[in-house]
Amino acid sequence: MSDVTTDEPGGLAEGHAPKEPLPLASFDDPHLQPLAKQPARAEGVVGILLLLGLLGFAAYGAVYWVGGQPQVEGISLGVGLFCFGFGLSAWGKYLLPQGPFMEKRHKLASSDDERAAMAAAIVERGGMMVKRRSFLGGILGIGGAVMGVVLAFPLLRSLGPVPAKTFDVTNWHKGSRLVDNLGRPVHVADLEVGGSLTVFPEGYTSEEAMAVDQTILIRVAGPDVDVVTEPSRATWGPDGYLAFSKVCTHAGCPVGLFQHQTLQLLCPCHQSLFNVGQGRPATNVFGPAPRPLPQLPLYVDESGFLRSQAGYDQPIGPGFWERTTT
Amino acid sequence: MSTSSSSSSSSSSSTTTGSLSRRRSTPVDSGLGWLDDRLGVAKGGRIFMDKIFPDHWSFLLGEIALYSFVVLLATGVFLTLYFVPSAAQTVYHGVYKPLDGVKMSEAYASSVNISFAVRSGLVIRQMHHWAADVFIGSIAVHMCRIFFTGAFRKPRELNWIVGVSLLFLAIVNGFLGYSLPDDLISGTGIRIAYSILLSIPLVGSYLATLVFGGVFPGDGSIIPRFFILHVLILPAIIAGLIGAHLFMLVRQKHTQFPGHGRTEDNVVGSPMFPTFMAKTTGFLFMVTGVLWALGGLAQINPIWQFGPYVPYKISYAVQPDWYMGWLDGAMRIMPSWEFAGFGHTIPFMVFLPGVLFPGLTSILFIFWPFIEQKLTGDRAEHHLLDRPRDRPRRTAVGAAFLAFYFMLFCASSTDVLANFFQVSLNVVLWTFRFVVFIVPIIVGLFTYRICLDMTGVSHVGKRKRAVLIVRSATGEYTTVDTEARPGDGHHELEPMLVPGFIEGLDGDGAEGGEPGVRRVVRRP
Repeated sequence: MSDVTTDEPGGLAEGHAPKEPLPLASFDDPHLQPLAKQPARAEGVVGILLLLGLLGFAAYGAVYWVGGQPQVEGISLGVGLFCFGFGLSAWGKYLLPQGPFMEKRHKLASSDDERAAMAAAIVERGGMMVKRRSFLGGILGIGGAVMGVVLAFPLLRSLGPVPAKTFDVTNWHKGSRLVDNLGRPVHVADLEVGGSLTVFPEGYTSEEAMAVDQTILIRVAGPDVDVVTEPSRATWGPDGYLAFSKVCTHAGCPVGLFQHQTLQLLCPCHQSLFNVGQGRPATNVFGPAPRPLPQLPLYVDESGFLRSQAGYDQPIGPGFWERTTT
Repeated sequence: MSTSSSSSSSSSSSTTTGSLSRRRSTPVDSGLGWLDDRLGVAKGGRIFMDKIFPDHWSFLLGEIALYSFVVLLATGVFLTLYFVPSAAQTVYHGVYKPLDGVKMSEAYASSVNISFAVRSGLVIRQMHHWAADVFIGSIAVHMCRIFFTGAFRKPRELNWIVGVSLLFLAIVNGFLGYSLPDDLISGTGIRIAYSILLSIPLVGSYLATLVFGGVFPGDGSIIPRFFILHVLILPAIIAGLIGAHLFMLVRQKHTQFPGHGRTEDNVVGSPMFPTFMAKTTGFLFMVTGVLWALGGLAQINPIWQFGPYVPYKISYAVQPDWYMGWLDGAMRIMPSWEFAGFGHTIPFMVFLPGVLFPGLTSILFIFWPFIEQKLTGDRAEHHLLDRPRDRPRRTAVGAAFLAFYFMLFCASSTDVLANFFQVSLNVVLWTFRFVVFIVPIIVGLFTYRICLDMTGVSHVGKRKRAVLIVRSATGEYTTVDTEARPGDGHHELEPMLVPGFIEGLDGDGAEGGEPGVRRVVRRP
């Protein structure tokens, strides 16, 4: 220890506050007294809390040991942890020196000289690196940029396929037989008026295909009634049946609810409402959906099973940039 | 021996030297000496132990967030031991009989297994979910405290930005987390997230198919991708940002409310060691205890009731977790505006509430300190906090924003509200389309007015003391101040530097007393 520091007691003070001795306090300084008015009583309370914590831990261990039960586990360990923590906090608050203590705030900013020195180090010493070396700097910059681009290939492009035309197509084609989720074909006599069923094109049972192809089949009238949702779709609704894409044109949720009294389809996610039935081509009448649900043209084959006349005449589901206007 | 409350710098240096030389060497001295010879820890370590943390209940909000994160990490590690992040289909034959024989993904099956077949698994799974809710909630409330007291002002703008980033990362990670079990409700949420990605002009369809590995539901890679984001990448970023958050807090020192002895140049409170450490460690246990109790007692996200995700199935009352409510509400009340033309479509009714709105929100939050500097012209350093009423304009703006997001949150339950109040969904929706903008204006104006009315009230930083009204035998009423509560005297002492040495502990001059027990008469 140098002579200089021995003059400053402790010699450790410089970090705390330069040129000041380490602060010293007498043990009966009021700052060092506990906050509690009756420390003995506070100590008792803390003791009880810590013991309760211990009991809670033990109780949890016992409950676990005999097989466990979520509620009892929750209450035993929960109460145990809480009491244990409360005891420790109370110990800190009521039995440790009450203070108030303080420390000084030192200026965060460096001196002007130090700032200038750092700026100079960056600009001048750093400048020496690129001065008259702009060619190297250029290569370094271009190289870094190219590296960034090529590293993005595996990070992005490897993730999956680019969309291509996949948004436009479903597996519904001319003559596709309508089947339910278990693959059973739908007969014209299967649904009562007011009934509904989710259908898929026969032969496509994977979850991926079902997510896109899902179609809601509803029956709004009895046999021999062709339901015409709009004049150009005169033959699309044979025997009171109508079929619409079940993928909401808003955010893609399944339009799951058919309200047969009001003849409306409702999407439970964001409450888009579509009018269906005679002269009602699933028009969006309420909520955030921007377009009607695409309609699937149906026909009844000679054995009485429902089939599609063709696929959807437009991309199903929510909008996207490449979607052409229809 | 001085019993005065003045700062110890008045103590003579000879006393200090004497105290140092008379200190008995303890095992700690030798151990510390060994370490200090090699790492030089004594000086910095002691300064750290002397670090002052101001006391105020509202400073605990950030601690709740921190400790919820600790719980999230611990419970999350437990869950990863049993969760299978796979969309591969399997048929369930576990202990939960109602789902026996049902086809489902490995992710869903393993989540059901954690709930029923792993001992304490249900408690820890629910605790994890509760901890996430408490984490995000306490961040939000902590952020309100920072906002309304002006703690984001210079020099703390950077820490505000880190905090805002933490809020949004926490929300994103919460969404990823509750999507993992692949139940019917979370699967629907993923479906909506896909549509939101899809709605982005130019790149949307590329982004959606790349992220999902194909057209929704993709090639089954979304679950493992969400998983690695949820358990590794985002937690690592969040942990790093929390580290930066705390580093800046330590470097800049905590703000404090104005009060006796508190200035812009000091911090008044309890020292790090042992007072603050005891209190805050206890608080860690308390937060953990509450979360554990919630995990055991309060059912949350009972995935086994929802069933596995099937793309063509949907249930009634599909709501996301509460912290996504403001976005879902915005999605619901948005008019059906889709722009189409020139061979392209912009699904604005999804793009605005799903992408632009949260984007603008985060930008506004991040830049708020600078916006306020611009508006007020106040570029000075501040370490003393504002009372919200003293800054009526900021408080009014904050209250209006809270009202706005709260109204959006309420709008995410239009269907439930319509059902509950037996009114038409149409009425509820149109009401919200107006209310979302009207209520914040009213709230802002009211808050401004109330602040102005309250500005005159004093008692800054003083605890209220009850007043007894006493009736004498003659019927005369007098008021008597009640006895000071513990802690009242605390504020009346002049703050002192944390003593490096405490004199008299070894019995010399202590008259056999035990420190911390002998009472000293306080000044009134």
